[in-house]
Amino acid sequence: MADKLSAKRQRPGANLVLGGTLTSLFLGIAVLSLFWTPYGVADINIANKLNPPTVGHWLGTDQFGRDVLSLLMVGARNSVLVALVAVGLGVGLGVPLGLLAAAWPGLVSETLMRVNDFTFAFPVLLTAVMITAAIGPGVVNAVIAIGIFNIPVFARLARGGALGLWQRDFVRAARLAGKGRTRISVEHILPNLTSMLIVQATIQFALAIVAEAGLSYLGLGTQPPNPSWGKMLNEAQTFLFLAPQLAVYPGLAIAMAVLGLNLLGDGLRDRLDPRLLRLP
Amino acid sequence: MAPFLLQRSAGLLATLLVASAVIFLVLEVLPGDPALVMLGINADSDTLQALRAEMGLDRPLLERYADWLIDLVQGHLGTSVTYDVPVSDLIGERIAVSLPLALLAILLSTAIAIPVGVVAAAHHGRLLDTTVMGVAQLGVAVPNFWLAILLILVFSVGLRWLPAGGFAGWDAGVGPAMLSLLLPAISLALPQAAILARVTRSSVLEVLREDYVRSARAKGLSQGQALWHHALRNALIPVVTILGLQFSFLLAGTIIIENVFYLPGLGRLLFQAIAQRDLIVVKALVLILAAAVVVVNFLVDLSYALLDPRLRPGVRHG
Repeated sequence: MADKLSAKRQRPGANLVLGGTLTSLFLGIAVLSLFWTPYGVADINIANKLNPPTVGHWLGTDQFGRDVLSLLMVGARNSVLVALVAVGLGVGLGVPLGLLAAAWPGLVSETLMRVNDFTFAFPVLLTAVMITAAIGPGVVNAVIAIGIFNIPVFARLARGGALGLWQRDFVRAARLAGKGRTRISVEHILPNLTSMLIVQATIQFALAIVAEAGLSYLGLGTQPPNPSWGKMLNEAQTFLFLAPQLAVYPGLAIAMAVLGLNLLGDGLRDRLDPRLLRLP
Repeated sequence: MAPFLLQRSAGLLATLLVASAVIFLVLEVLPGDPALVMLGINADSDTLQALRAEMGLDRPLLERYADWLIDLVQGHLGTSVTYDVPVSDLIGERIAVSLPLALLAILLSTAIAIPVGVVAAAHHGRLLDTTVMGVAQLGVAVPNFWLAILLILVFSVGLRWLPAGGFAGWDAGVGPAMLSLLLPAISLALPQAAILARVTRSSVLEVLREDYVRSARAKGLSQGQALWHHALRNALIPVVTILGLQFSFLLAGTIIIENVFYLPGLGRLLFQAIAQRDLIVVKALVLILAAAVVVVNFLVDLSYALLDPRLRPGVRHG
């Protein structure tokens, strides 16, 4: 038993290190792209189009002769931005809703959770499709669609965690001391949910990156000339015979970012809250 | 059980009703003038007026919504503006691609994931387990549309074994038709299988720790026999649930993958309809797809309650 425990404690360390490294790299590149990229992403040079990697262009050039590395770097920034706002929306609206539902069980809770169930009926893609059909494509649609998807995720999580905490002695003591439900939710319940929420946010962040890439691939997210990983994959598909490498880099970037965040999420889960069973 | 069924069915109906209302609001009210959206700003006023009258845009909102619902219940999904055929015909034609694709993907992912998950669990903590789960971790991170492009790169561009896209059509025979669905189905199945394999593994591991498995071992069964005869059936319950819950991901995946491979299914129809601003088709398709997710989730809920009596109402936890 002792062996198993120590083995379990070692593995999350590896997850945390690898996940943390990949995620820092991804975030670092996104931040760096704010200040510096090897070339400008709008620098078109048709004479140099579809070049393989060279000393001047480490990852080669695209169909307009733009530097692929620079496009990938700015694409990382777009991914981070969309995912950050979308997950922020989910946390910002979902967590208060979940806390509310837990603090006032009964009709309020029931109604909120019904609404929640209902939003699950609309996968990110369907929401994005509807918004695009109604008001046209754009990156804001992607943020809204991914954000809406995230609200019930965090609401359910917050409610589930909070319901358990409301039965605990320290919360009962706070009630006896005369604190109101809102104040208890903010001062006692929320701080105890933080680690759980951070873990979930990491995982949702990874999902948001994939969703943004998928929407941009379909033309429903980031619009040209702004570079995005999904859009790059879509464009690369036209040049599969001429420049297959163009279809590899953006996908690899998405996969590495997602892998990093997932590993980080797993690692954090083990580190922050050992009581939580590792989910598959 | 009957009141439980009744309550759940009422919930299902309510969810479908709210979903239809949201779809109606977003696609008929949010654009301002749907007729103008569909025809573009250069349309002449007579054509606009005619389309407005045809869509009933001059009538009150509630009346239009009620009429739409009544039509839906009777199976009338409207007429496509671009194709000038009933939307139900279009859907009937396209579902002959989407449904087999989705089924093939589910079949493949289950066929891969369950044996892999069980084998990993049986070798818990050993090299095989670590390797398989490492690959699965990687598989979860690979987006299906990128995998699709990589498969095209290898099997169509490189080896030239399989078509890079398009659909041979069922008229060409089952063989060629299935062949054009093979790469799309694999692209959908592998990332899904990675998740399912992880679920299967942890589920089997959990069941193997149960007392009745220990009793089976004590009776003299080998670890393998205990696994196959006793543990697996119970271990598969959460796997089936996850499979059902993954339906909405599969649906979204099908929409993207159909566009990667230019397959004439529902997903491709949806995108053509958006490009052509055919809101009538978009409205009908979004409703059908959302309803499919709701109904599948409902069935999963139901089957879960059937399999695990603890989840039925009256036995509340927390």
